[in-house]
Amino acid sequence: MKSRRISYRDAIREGLQEEMKRDKNVFIYGIDVADFKGIFGSTIGLKEEFGDRVFSTPLCEDSLVGFGLGAAVSGLKPINVHIRVDFLLLAMNQLANMVSSFHYGSGGKLKVPLVIRAIIGKGWGQAYQHSKSLQSYFAHLPGLKVVMPTTPHDAKGLLISAIRDENPVIVLEHRMLYDVVDKVDDENKLVPLGKANVLRRGGDITIVATSYMNVEAIHAANILKKRGISAEVVDARSIYPFDSETILKSVEKTGHVIVADYDWTFCGFSAEVAAIISEKSFSSLKSPVKRLGFAFAPAPCTRPLENLFYPNAEVIVRSVEEKLGLKSTNLKGEEFFTYENKFRGPF
Amino acid sequence: MTRKNLNLKLFEKAYLIRRAEEKIIEVYDSNEMKTPMHMSMGEEAIVSGVASALSGLDLLFGTYRSHGLYLARSGDTFRFFSEMFGRESGVVRGKGGSMHLSDPDRGLVATSAVVASTIPVAVGSAYALKKKGTRGVSAVFFGDGAIDEGSFWESLNMASLFKLPVLFVCEDNGFAVHTPPALRHGYKSISAIVSRFNCSVFSSTSTDAEVVFNLASRAKNAIFAKQTPAFIYLKYYRYLEHVGTHEDFSAGYRSQEEYQKWLKVDPLKILASKLKKLGVGKGELDKICKDIDLAVERSFKKARNSAFPNPAELYKNVFHEK
Repeated sequence: MKSRRISYRDAIREGLQEEMKRDKNVFIYGIDVADFKGIFGSTIGLKEEFGDRVFSTPLCEDSLVGFGLGAAVSGLKPINVHIRVDFLLLAMNQLANMVSSFHYGSGGKLKVPLVIRAIIGKGWGQAYQHSKSLQSYFAHLPGLKVVMPTTPHDAKGLLISAIRDENPVIVLEHRMLYDVVDKVDDENKLVPLGKANVLRRGGDITIVATSYMNVEAIHAANILKKRGISAEVVDARSIYPFDSETILKSVEKTGHVIVADYDWTFCGFSAEVAAIISEKSFSSLKSPVKRLGFAFAPAPCTRPLENLFYPNAEVIVRSVEEKLGLKSTNLKGEEFFTYENKFRGPF
Repeated sequence: MTRKNLNLKLFEKAYLIRRAEEKIIEVYDSNEMKTPMHMSMGEEAIVSGVASALSGLDLLFGTYRSHGLYLARSGDTFRFFSEMFGRESGVVRGKGGSMHLSDPDRGLVATSAVVASTIPVAVGSAYALKKKGTRGVSAVFFGDGAIDEGSFWESLNMASLFKLPVLFVCEDNGFAVHTPPALRHGYKSISAIVSRFNCSVFSSTSTDAEVVFNLASRAKNAIFAKQTPAFIYLKYYRYLEHVGTHEDFSAGYRSQEEYQKWLKVDPLKILASKLKKLGVGKGELDKICKDIDLAVERSFKKARNSAFPNPAELYKNVFHEK
């Protein structure tokens, strides 16, 4: 299969470009989508190529989502972009009261092929209004699909699937993943919504992770491998529809599970995964499901507290050790928060 | 269309709406229609007038008070009553009820119970109409309470900026639930403020559906001639309580005297006396009314005897499936 190595950012841009070429009804709009920064570079060049099918808008998130809903039910394929998911909270009325229930509320007559891209963030002092993730908020609403790509291949493949889907789909892209370069297949580029991805095979413990937590999970798996522990890392990838099958299969093999969600744990996606495992595969569990997520506080700006706020590979390693009854590994010499350490801002 | 025919058409619409709502009042207290009723009695001139000025290419959006809008657009009482009774034969198979009448096949895209929520959606639909080169407008109805909401101003700004074919229809009944404008508005005139946008503004306090029809026709023409949205500000009086099928004059926030004044210019009364002047005899008008009464009666009975949705309906249409 032909493949290239490109960045997450370029994968998203390619996905947008290919779909805009393929379908003239696709258009991109939102605050700053057509400016020179182009949403972390993900929309750069598209205005030049597609003209008024890419346009920046006034600052009115709620109405922008409503606008997309109207355009979608009237035959277009809108892609609305929000540079931080936190701003999408301004649009919760449209999402919760309108977009999610429009198909249902029309007796199945109106289709809502609306894509909402929102960037989730972390690190470099983003504080509490530029760092949320919110997948649980959105997936809690019947009628919305929610995906969180981790790899460049998935960033492109899930985005294309989202654009071709006739339902509203929220794509949560992680800011720290934009520079990640990895293999993207040119064929079989569609990544279906509703399928988890086993990022790494292992037999001793299952780590179910979302978005950036997969990076930490892989890092932890590499450390654990040195002492003979093989961790299976399952990227949940699609929050709703949720692929319980892949996860349950892994749990049945390993018997131990850690859910490392990129979000708070209380009332969150990790609680959902733990509940599904206990409901459907309780007998295969050799230990209780362990959940990892943000510290239960608003995200702090200052670095020492920010590092405590986000769980990292070290926390995962310690959790695995505790679960499997192992002595603590000496982690001196291991580097953590590696992506943030490279990051230089300005936002 | 001759004036006579136009007024006949307007009367038929207005009378159908009035009769259908009177039918609801007859049974509502029996608790068979389990859906919050926001009655539209008193506003018939607006919905009949605007709906008659619109064509099949135009799209409509409404509020939770949209019985009149649905009936003016569709003329259909069977699916309407079925929806009120929660039957599968309802407009949206019993899933929406009185507040969520959606009939996309007839261009009534959606109505919403959260104030102002359909306004940006109408703007998005107008964008699609313009992009696709359809010579249609997106007409959105809302009360003056919606003007207190941010999304009204966001939407007006976007429609004016992007020069979209949106017809904003503000139906001011003098109250947001029970609160008058004096307690909500830090300004005097809605029309004056809206006219500062790149948007044509029209207004009237008439309860004559023909006046509304002419105003809406002019507004629609202005949308295409000037490539701007248009805003129509119209007054009417809500005959019944905010929600429910009774009067609420005893609550003290509005007076019976005020109601009596508006009753003198009741939209149906105005249309009926005008038709008389235009040469429609009493016999002819009685026959029209009788036919509508009969159709309402028949469809009401049929709806009441229709089946509830089956259990599988609960999970149907959460997502579109190929």
